Amino acid sequence: MSIIVGYVPTPEGAAALNRAISEAQKNQSRLVIVNSSRGDALVDKRYVQAEDLTAVTQRLEKEGVEHLVLQPVRGNDAANEVLDAAEEYQADLIVIGLRKRTPVGKLIMGSTAQQILLEASCPVLAVKAGA
Amino acid sequence: MDILSSLMDGFATALTPMNLLYALIGVLLGTAVGVLPGIGPAMTVALLLPVTSVLEPTSAFIMFAGIYYGGMFGGSTTSILLNTPGESSSVITAIEGNLMAKAGKAAQALATAAIGSFVAGTIGTALLVVFAPIVVQFAVSLGSPSYFAIMVLALLAVTAVLGSSRLRGFASLGLGLAIGLVGLDIVSGQARLTFGLPLLADGLDVVVVAVAIFAVGEALWVAAHLRRTPLQIIPVGRPFMGKQDWKRSWKPWLRGTAYGFPFGALPAGGAEIPTFLSYVTEKRLTKHPEEFGKGAIEGVAGPEAANNAAAAGTLTPMLALGLPTNATAAVMLAAFVQFGIQPGPLLFENEGPLVWALIASLFIGNFLLLLVNLPLAPVWAKLLRLPRPYLYAGILFFATLGAYSVNLQAFDLVILLVLGTLGFMMRRYGLPVLPLILGVILGPRLEKQLRQTLQLSAGDVSGLWSEPIAIVVYIIVALVLLWPLLFKAWRRARPRTAAAVAGGTVAGGPAAAGSTADRPPADGPTASDATPANHGQEKS
Repeated sequence: MSIIVGYVPTPEGAAALNRAISEAQKNQSRLVIVNSSRGDALVDKRYVQAEDLTAVTQRLEKEGVEHLVLQPVRGNDAANEVLDAAEEYQADLIVIGLRKRTPVGKLIMGSTAQQILLEASCPVLAVKAGA
Repeated sequence: MDILSSLMDGFATALTPMNLLYALIGVLLGTAVGVLPGIGPAMTVALLLPVTSVLEPTSAFIMFAGIYYGGMFGGSTTSILLNTPGESSSVITAIEGNLMAKAGKAAQALATAAIGSFVAGTIGTALLVVFAPIVVQFAVSLGSPSYFAIMVLALLAVTAVLGSSRLRGFASLGLGLAIGLVGLDIVSGQARLTFGLPLLADGLDVVVVAVAIFAVGEALWVAAHLRRTPLQIIPVGRPFMGKQDWKRSWKPWLRGTAYGFPFGALPAGGAEIPTFLSYVTEKRLTKHPEEFGKGAIEGVAGPEAANNAAAAGTLTPMLALGLPTNATAAVMLAAFVQFGIQPGPLLFENEGPLVWALIASLFIGNFLLLLVNLPLAPVWAKLLRLPRPYLYAGILFFATLGAYSVNLQAFDLVILLVLGTLGFMMRRYGLPVLPLILGVILGPRLEKQLRQTLQLSAGDVSGLWSEPIAIVVYIIVALVLLWPLLFKAWRRARPRTAAAVAGGTVAGGPAAAGSTADRPPADGPTASDATPANHGQEKS
């Protein structure tokens, strides 16, 4: 069994990761970190680079959590990548970070969180930054 | 004093609020396309050709000049912050510049690149002011045979010297000349390559060809390689330079300018060779050799100055002889034709006010670029986060609209698609685009000179070398063509000495021009930068 966390290098993403680590420690389950990019822009701030990634994995090793890092660049959006991973690794929990978005912003940009919440077949834990 | 007063008149034209606005638009657009890898000033000017046909020619050219210089400036930002050259001429800048940025000196690297570009651009433009009229004086005395010979030299040199493969270069040139042949024969009125289609009788519109090859071909190519692992951009504040940086930068700037301008002005110029030479020279002359390979400021200052000076140099043969030697100059020449202006030695005489306004706007554009680039570099870097599908969809839309608007003929869209596919296939198989576009633009003028020569000599082939200058040029042509063979034979005969000499001459400054030209310096970094989007545009 495993816990999936959608990770982006933002306060929300960090909060989600923190919570996911403590959940994984509590349940003794494997932690699957998903950090994806559509790969259509030359620069994507939300795609974690090697140095930051080693920092994350080092921390996980120190805390003794069994983990797996996925960084798919396949042109899918983040929600689909998280849902795919949840299915593939038979997740019993998905942890995501939430941020505030205005109704107009949500109308235009859509919401990754909403898609995960609605389409996931397992419980979803939504964490806010600073929580 | 005649030149000075003409130049002042030029400034008067270029400084009117409207033209200043166009210069600013050009500069902003140019920087934007320079920053984005895969989109170059040539493509931008091509896309704007249909739009600008309603403008005053002067305003249009002021804008193009801004785009041309802006592309050079913008390319360095991407090179330094992302290690992906935005333009082919900033390949060398990417080496030291990115290392500097990684060492936490991104601000200084950007500053030396921007100020160096400004210094070199200004000196280069001043040299253009001095030399272009001299070249014109010489050029008006040339007859058809010499002019024909010089055009042949320019075409062959660009094809054979630049780019990695001569065979591919000549294939591309052949395609271009063939496209240029379509239409009615200028002397006999016979239809050539029209396949019985009356719509082809007028020939292919250069604007449509340029848009198809640069914009559609490139967009299809990028679309075919859309997904790649995103890179991280190095965060940077406002560019600045310390006292020490100034001290270490000003000499490389001047040396870079000295390399850049002559190479740009030569028919086989281009900015790649002088930037490489400048880098090698700075590496040899530096007082801080231990910093080279770890981010030395000289390695950014010199090449950046060289590429901007080369950009100015390229305009000398373009304005004085009507000979473009890089893609942007070629498309600008197409713009002259579109406005019904005859490029060539008589340009300065017939269109004096326009040419001098264009040159004055180069000075102004350079200054604007410094203002726009120094404080705004971090903002420009944000452009790289643009999702490319939106960008290329926009380009395709503009390309289609533009191609249709030239003649309001649906048939042009067919040509656009066919040639766009050709442009895509050329990038797929590594054919450089520049020889093709030069072939299309220079082909018909080349033919005209050839026909005139042969008419004057009553069909006698010897008329081709009836002028002394023509003979000299043909000898140079022969040397350009035979050089690799001779070099190979020599190397085979004396393998060890040759290798040692080749190693030595690279550091030997100008003397190494020939040998480095033979192994294109841009090749190494280009191949390793693994940016499919750069592939086609890099060559231009």
